[in-house]
Amino acid sequence: MAEIEALIKALSGHGVDEKTVISILGNSQPEHRQAFRKEGGFFAEDERRFERWNDHHVKLLKHEFMRFKNAVVLWAMHPWERDARLIKEALKKGPNSNSVIVEIASTRSSDELLGARKAYHSLFEHSIEEDVASHIHGKEKKLLVALVSAYRYEGPKIKEDVAKSEAKALISAVKNAEKQNPIENDEVVRILSTRSKPHLKSVFKHYKEIAGQHFEDELDVHLILQAAVQCLITPQSYFSRVLDEAMRDGADKNTKKGLTRVLVTRADVDIRAISDDYRNHYAIPLADKIEAKAKGSYKEFLLTLMARGS
Amino acid sequence: MATLVAPVQHSHIEDAKALYKACKGWGTDEKAVISILGHRTAAQRQQIRLAYQNLYQEDLVKRLESELSGAFEKAVYRWILEPADRDAVLANVAIKKACPDYHVIIEIACVHSPEELLAVRRAYQLSYKLSLEEDVAAHTTGDLRKLLVALVSVLRYDGPEINARLAKSEADILEDAIKNKAFNHEEVIRILTTRSKAQLMATFNRYRDDCGTSITKIIRNAIKGAGTDEDALTRVIVTRAEKDLKVIKEVYYKRNSVTLEQAVAKDTSGDYNAFLLTLLGKAD
Repeated sequence: MAEIEALIKALSGHGVDEKTVISILGNSQPEHRQAFRKEGGFFAEDERRFERWNDHHVKLLKHEFMRFKNAVVLWAMHPWERDARLIKEALKKGPNSNSVIVEIASTRSSDELLGARKAYHSLFEHSIEEDVASHIHGKEKKLLVALVSAYRYEGPKIKEDVAKSEAKALISAVKNAEKQNPIENDEVVRILSTRSKPHLKSVFKHYKEIAGQHFEDELDVHLILQAAVQCLITPQSYFSRVLDEAMRDGADKNTKKGLTRVLVTRADVDIRAISDDYRNHYAIPLADKIEAKAKGSYKEFLLTLMARGS
Repeated sequence: MATLVAPVQHSHIEDAKALYKACKGWGTDEKAVISILGHRTAAQRQQIRLAYQNLYQEDLVKRLESELSGAFEKAVYRWILEPADRDAVLANVAIKKACPDYHVIIEIACVHSPEELLAVRRAYQLSYKLSLEEDVAAHTTGDLRKLLVALVSVLRYDGPEINARLAKSEADILEDAIKNKAFNHEEVIRILTTRSKAQLMATFNRYRDDCGTSITKIIRNAIKGAGTDEDALTRVIVTRAEKDLKVIKEVYYKRNSVTLEQAVAKDTSGDYNAFLLTLLGKAD
C-alpha cells in the first residue's frame, strides 16, 4: 500500500520525517497499523501469534529520532568540547573509528587542536595523548599519537630543498613496503606529524613529480595513512568523501554519523568549499543529496546550517 | 623558593636611564648592569626593556649584545628575555650544536608546567618559523627522536587525580623494562611521555615501594650526562633564579658538600661570576 511505503520511507534514512509519521501513523486505525506490522520488516511473527517489534529495529529507530537532537547539541557546543568528545567517542568505538581521530587532528588549525586537548583535560581528566597511546594498538598507533600531539607552525614559509628530500624519503618508505609498512616508518611519521601544512603540500607535489603518481594512489599505503595525507593537504576532498560514504545506502551506523559530524564541524569553516568539491566529484549539489537522503527536522537543520549567510 | 633579591618599588625609567649611562661611551660599566638587572624580576625587566625602547628608540637587548661579550653576555642575554623566549633560544642552541645537547631539551620539556611548555613552543615558532618538534625531529634519529619529540609535544593533563591500579600496572611495566635493560621499550616511552605528572609520581612511588630503589637513580646511571659546563651552569641558574633555586641550592649542598656559590666561585671569574652570584642571592 502506498501509505505503508510512505511510512516506511519516513522511518528510514537519516533522521525521521516527523510530519509524515504524524499524518499517516497518527491518523491510522488499528487495521492500518496491523497491515504496517505485517509488511516492512520492522516486525516479526512471534510464536505466540502476534507481530512483534524487532528489537534491533527499535534501536535503529531510536538512533534516527536522536539524530536531530545530537546534531543540535553538537552544534551548540564549544568547538573545543566538540572535538574532545568526538575523539573520546572514536576511542571508545574501536579501530574502525581511528579515521575520526586522524580527521580531527589533521584538519583543525594548531590552536583549535590545542583547545581540543585542553578541553579533553577538563572533560576526561586525561590527555588525548595518553588515552590514544594506551587504547590504540596496531600499526596506526605511532602515527595517531604523533598527529594528536602536533602544534604545527602555520606560516607560509617552506624550504623547497627540504621538501624535495622529504618527498624522496617517502618514496623510499613506499618502495620498502614489503619490509616495513610505511605507516610505521619513523621518517613518514616525523614528516607527517611535525611539518607545516604548506610544507607538506610541497612535499607531495614533489612526490608526484619524482615518483610519477600521487602518494594516495600507491597500493601499499595503509588507509589511515592515506586519510592523514588527504586531511592535511586536501581536506575538502576528504570531507566530501566522508559525506558521500555517510549517505550511501547500507552505510553502517558509524559511517552515517559522518553526515552530522562534517556538517556541524565545518559549517563555520569551509562548508562552501566542501560543497563545491562534492558537486565536482559526485555530479550532484550537496544540498540536493541531503534533501534526498535526510528527513524531517534533522534535514531542515542541516540544510539551514549550510544555507546560513548566503 | 627564589633566590632573586629585587626591590618592590623601582622606577623602570630610572633603570633604563642608568643602563643607558652604563653602556654609553667607551667600555661598559658591567657592575652597574649587574646591580640593576641582577636585582629585577621578569616583569620588571620587561618594563625596563620597554622604557629603554621608548626613551632611546633602541632594543636594550641589542645594545647589551653589542656591549658585552663571552659567557657574561650569554648569561645576561638569557636573563633579560621573557622566560618562554629564553627557553626557545636555549632549545634552538641545543638542537643546532654539532652534537645536540639532549639534556637541555629534556630539561625544558620536563621542568615546565604544560602551559609554560606551550608558551615555549609558541615563542619557538615566532622566532624560528618552525615548530619545536619539527626541529627536534629533524635533528635526531631513532629512539632518542621518539623520546624527545614526544616529550616536547605532549600537553600533559595537569590535575592531581591518580589511578592507583594504573600506577601499579605501569610500575610493573617499568620494572620489566629495567630488568631487561630495554630503555627504548615502547611502553616505557609511552608512560614517560604521556602520563600526567601526578600519575607519574604515583607510578614512581609504587616502583620504589615494590623494588626498593628509586627509579631516578637508575635512570641517571643509565643516561650518563656530561659534567658541569659553563652553559649548563648559566642555564640552570638563570632559568631557576626566580623559581626554586633556593631548593636546588639546598639539594646541591646536601649532595656535594660544597655550596653552589663556592662551586660557581671556583669555576667562573670576572663579571660572569659576579652576575651569577648576584642571581644566587649574594648581598652586594
